[in-house]
Amino acid sequence: MTPAAVWLTVIVASVVSLGLKLAGHYVPQHWLATDRVQRTSVLVTVALLVALVVVQTFADGTALVVDARLPALAVAAVALALRAPFVLVIVLAAATAAGLRALGWG
Amino acid sequence: MSRPRSPAVSAAVRQGAGVAVATGLYGISFGALAVVAGLSVAQTAVLSLLLFSGGSQFALIGVVAAGGTPLAAVTTSSLLGVRNTLYGAVVSPLLGLRGWRRWAAAHLTIDESTAVAVAQRDPRAVRAGFWATGLGVFVLWNACTLLGALAGDALGDPRAWGLDAAAGAAFLALVWPRLATRSGRLVAGLAVLVAAALVPVAPAGVPVLAAAAAAVVVGLLSPAPGTRTGGDR
Repeated sequence: MTPAAVWLTVIVASVVSLGLKLAGHYVPQHWLATDRVQRTSVLVTVALLVALVVVQTFADGTALVVDARLPALAVAAVALALRAPFVLVIVLAAATAAGLRALGWG
Repeated sequence: MSRPRSPAVSAAVRQGAGVAVATGLYGISFGALAVVAGLSVAQTAVLSLLLFSGGSQFALIGVVAAGGTPLAAVTTSSLLGVRNTLYGAVVSPLLGLRGWRRWAAAHLTIDESTAVAVAQRDPRAVRAGFWATGLGVFVLWNACTLLGALAGDALGDPRAWGLDAAAGAAFLALVWPRLATRSGRLVAGLAVLVAAALVPVAPAGVPVLAAAAAAVVVGLLSPAPGTRTGGDR
């Protein structure tokens, strides 16, 4: 993206974000109170985040590759299972990938 | 107004402060990753100020980093922001605000402020928890974003520091508490399959959107459970 395109992306996404938040505050509550809407919203959030994990970990352009990011993700998963705080999870993942690459792999 | 604070209000404020510090700190990783993804320091700072929703921000820079289009970036970010609409509908009646305060509250309506607010029982503690968390996260998130962006600018090759792997770990940490339910894990598995299948054949951004679309289909078609299970905030 060009710098102008990134600015456009940043501004439009921000306007939409505030619009979505305001909609919740102003829309009559019963419109959103249905089980199906709430359930679907939770599922969409899960799907988006998981898909982002997959893309960030395995995608290299349009190729699927296994490199230092996969062991890093595994370390992050173990840290999360052990209830490590967010920042520690990120640092451990980065350190794993950086360490493996320093050793010449991935 | 000079009434002494009730213990419930103090507890809510303390919770908010704790959450704000934890969340704010991860603004450092966001700032660094955003610059690595190709945003300028100014663009990164404006994003945290105006968009102000962690998941959406990480998603947006993820699509930018992958070379996706502005439309794909805005769509992915916005779909993740839809849950804030639900949060708004939940906290709005609890806060009972009008005018500009309602807009300010809307801007601060995110995972953290909603979670702390709804965890309180006393109505005054609900309001205190919401504002303490929302304002605390806002101040620290933006300060830390700037710090991280300036640091990221100075780091050089992000891969050598493992920052590309940190992005995946950040998304995993965001989704982790949502995998506690069976439906969450089922949809997660589906999202892995859809995204992995589409990466080799679709433009950047599309695999993520397709996974979301699959979740919408599952959500609309699956039979309603007898009772809603808790735990999904």
